[in-house]
Amino acid sequence: MNLLISNGRLVDQDGERRGDVRVVDGEIAEVGEALTADADDRVLDATGFVVTPGFVDLHVHLREPGREEAETIETGSRAAALGGFTAVVAMPNTDPTQDCVEVIDFVREQGRRAGLCDVLPSGSITVGRAGEQLAPFGELAAAGVRIFTDDGTGVQDPLLMRRAYEYASDLGIVMAQHCEVARLTDGAVMHEGACCSHLGLPGWPSIAEELMVHRDIELVRLTGGRAHLLHLSTAGSVDLVRRAKADGLDVTAEATPHHVSLSDERLESYDAVYKVNPPLRTAADIEAVRAGLADGTIDALATDHAPHVPESKELPLDHAPPGMLGLETALGVAIAHLDMDLVDIVGALSWKPAAIAGVADRHGRPLQAGEPANLCVFDPTEGWEVTPARLASKSRNTPYVGVGLTGRVQHTIYDGELVVLDGEAQR
Amino acid sequence: MTRSLLSISELGVAGVGRILDLADHMAEVNRRPNPKVPALRGKTVCNLFFEDSTRTRLSFETAAKRLSADTMTFAVSQSSLNKGESLRDTIETIGAMGVDAFVIRHGSSGAPWQLGQWTTASVVNAGDGWHAHPTQALLDMYTVRVALNRREGFDGLRVAIVGDVKHSRVARSTSAAFRLLGADVTLVAPRTLLPPVHDEHSTSDLDDVLDDVDVVYLLRLQRERMSEALVPTLREYTNRFGLTPARAARLGKHVLVMHPGPMNRGVEIAVDPAELPGNVITQQVTNGISVRMAVLFDLLGSGSESSLAGGADG
Amino acid sequence: MAAEQQSRAKQVLGPDDVRRAITRIAHEITERNRGASGVALVGIQTGGVWVAEALAGEIERIDDAGAGVRVGSVDASLYRDDIGLRPVSPGAVSELTFTIDGATVVLVDDVLYTGRTVRAALDAVGDYGRPRLVQLAVLVDRGHRELPIRPDYVGKNLPTSSEEIVTVTSDGVVIS
Repeated sequence: MNLLISNGRLVDQDGERRGDVRVVDGEIAEVGEALTADADDRVLDATGFVVTPGFVDLHVHLREPGREEAETIETGSRAAALGGFTAVVAMPNTDPTQDCVEVIDFVREQGRRAGLCDVLPSGSITVGRAGEQLAPFGELAAAGVRIFTDDGTGVQDPLLMRRAYEYASDLGIVMAQHCEVARLTDGAVMHEGACCSHLGLPGWPSIAEELMVHRDIELVRLTGGRAHLLHLSTAGSVDLVRRAKADGLDVTAEATPHHVSLSDERLESYDAVYKVNPPLRTAADIEAVRAGLADGTIDALATDHAPHVPESKELPLDHAPPGMLGLETALGVAIAHLDMDLVDIVGALSWKPAAIAGVADRHGRPLQAGEPANLCVFDPTEGWEVTPARLASKSRNTPYVGVGLTGRVQHTIYDGELVVLDGEAQR
Repeated sequence: MTRSLLSISELGVAGVGRILDLADHMAEVNRRPNPKVPALRGKTVCNLFFEDSTRTRLSFETAAKRLSADTMTFAVSQSSLNKGESLRDTIETIGAMGVDAFVIRHGSSGAPWQLGQWTTASVVNAGDGWHAHPTQALLDMYTVRVALNRREGFDGLRVAIVGDVKHSRVARSTSAAFRLLGADVTLVAPRTLLPPVHDEHSTSDLDDVLDDVDVVYLLRLQRERMSEALVPTLREYTNRFGLTPARAARLGKHVLVMHPGPMNRGVEIAVDPAELPGNVITQQVTNGISVRMAVLFDLLGSGSESSLAGGADG
Repeated sequence: MAAEQQSRAKQVLGPDDVRRAITRIAHEITERNRGASGVALVGIQTGGVWVAEALAGEIERIDDAGAGVRVGSVDASLYRDDIGLRPVSPGAVSELTFTIDGATVVLVDDVLYTGRTVRAALDAVGDYGRPRLVQLAVLVDRGHRELPIRPDYVGKNLPTSSEEIVTVTSDGVVIS
């Protein structure tokens, strides 16, 4: 199918301009002004819309294999496409864990079968994410894995982590750390501060994150390794990363839409939908994370899309699992809550995470002839609210019900195919 | 509209006053040879206890029965309730039997709020996690009000709450209630047993405050706090924070000594409370019935203003 | 609004009328019970309490054996039949410090209307013991009974409509 996206605001790493984009056979065939439609072109009028490279989410939980009742690779891919993502990095905390080639191949194959976006399986740092023995980085790297993480938990053992950075350093892969010193967060439900104090809930102190951010930055300094720091949530973490980057260390970082939009006071409702790990923090932390994104200290917005079945979110807070949906609301939250130029917001959603995920050859490409047609077209001004029943995700644990969002994905083009048209998934 | 009692702050100062005034009536009922009134005939109160607490359960049960309500008790061991469906199913199923009020005790902070979404009945929080225990706070307020004959409020009353504040729903609610009524509350505890953030004045020097208090409120110290490195040893805890004979001797005769029970003799209280002039620990238990009657009557005995039409007095 | 109500308010008994009615009821109580010994006056909270106390004062004055006639009060709110239908705010706490077993209890209220409060008060009194006899004294009977209850002593029968409000104090009786 040939597409002509006409009269949009084209936004990519080269800036912004007005123009038309013609897509032929999975590639951008032509970019220019007032292109004429061929007879077999499908014309998408993008007047008032923004046309960008497709988004890349460094951090999603697709739950398959193991917890298909909460999400499958297909439903998660559909949610991703609706959110404008053309590639997602699938976290390895599946059952079985993504710590061997067989599981990696299965996940990638399921993604291919769904055909809605690239599903990039990550590998675990340790076997079974048990924090004891390194996963076979070499085999997994050969199978195409670029990001390694024990996400859900941080690697607690500093010696093991040192070895991981050392061993990984010449494999072209990246260690992505979930920064949480577990001994400091035992039983924790929410951010440690004034709110948890009067709600009578065990607190998750900021320092539990910052200690590991610091440790891993210093391990990178020591080993010359490469670290990506997942879902940073505290002002202290942002400062540490800012200094590490100033020191020239090979460190990147991400933050989630919820950590730039929701504070710990949400927990006053005792609604487990607001339980997430790392927890929602204070207004000051939110400001610091926003500032980190604005000045580039934090490279990418990543959703930490974490579906859970409704029953599990109906458990008391201390028993409910952490996590919230993110894929379908990421853009709307980002535009509503980040005081950044549109090109920088798109960068944090597209070409910057594409580089970290090692897919910069296919995703987050400039809008130029000859580039792969992985594109997103969105209305940057549309105000909307989430209707949980209409989510493509199998789960309903979005914290944004009744919260105004700004900016909505209209069309997503994946590999030249129109997978989302007018906000509706096409397959 | 269904009314519930979940926390002291939701009740507010007017609500606390209303309950304490009602408790006077209930206390009078409880002094009679036949301590029972027909006020809540036909109402059903279900005690839903997800955490074992025989004392609180008996207190609520007695309160409901003295108001002639029917009671049922559903005690669930935490271990058998690991599935979310069970929690919701439990209250929905029992609610379908026609329950007017659920009295809920749960080991998780906030559980009564969650359960409240799934029932149209009134909910009384009988203690949730570390969070709140509003009827304990109300019975504490009632006990002080009666013992000191202070109906007008507690302005200027100096209260020391001593011990494991961090993990104590009693401390949270009772401190809030004392402060709501105008008292000055000082928390006395090592930093390990204080919440990360608190509004009250705090100190770790019990001896420093003993000369300047009107109420000493001792909290129960759970023995498992030792293993969590919150307190080095029980002996050290008693030495620093226990009501020892030496400290008891220093207390002014007017000073009330309170404890939510059950007491750890020899730990937070190392004297026989019966020998303390200001001991009101037993009164707390007795008043618990009157106050819980007041709470149940307040929730179930009052209709809305709109249904007044046609009702005739006289 | 206040002025309008003022203009509608009608004083039907003055302070002297009230005093005379109390004196007369006091005489009737001692006459009917052959003296005041064994009589316990129980005012219904809250309006009946001052009437019961005034009656006790009169009985002490007119009857030699009336000295120390027992006076108490009962709060009937926990016995009402409209609990749960409308806001109930109990007035003062019952004060019955003496045993009523075998006594002649005279329930006292300011106004008798539907009879529901008296019904509740009867139940309340019954929870304190078993009187030999219960009688009912009211300063004003305004009619509109909804239960088979009849006063033994009445200060004044006052035909009213159910829209009217009857206020009784020692200063008189006002219909508004």
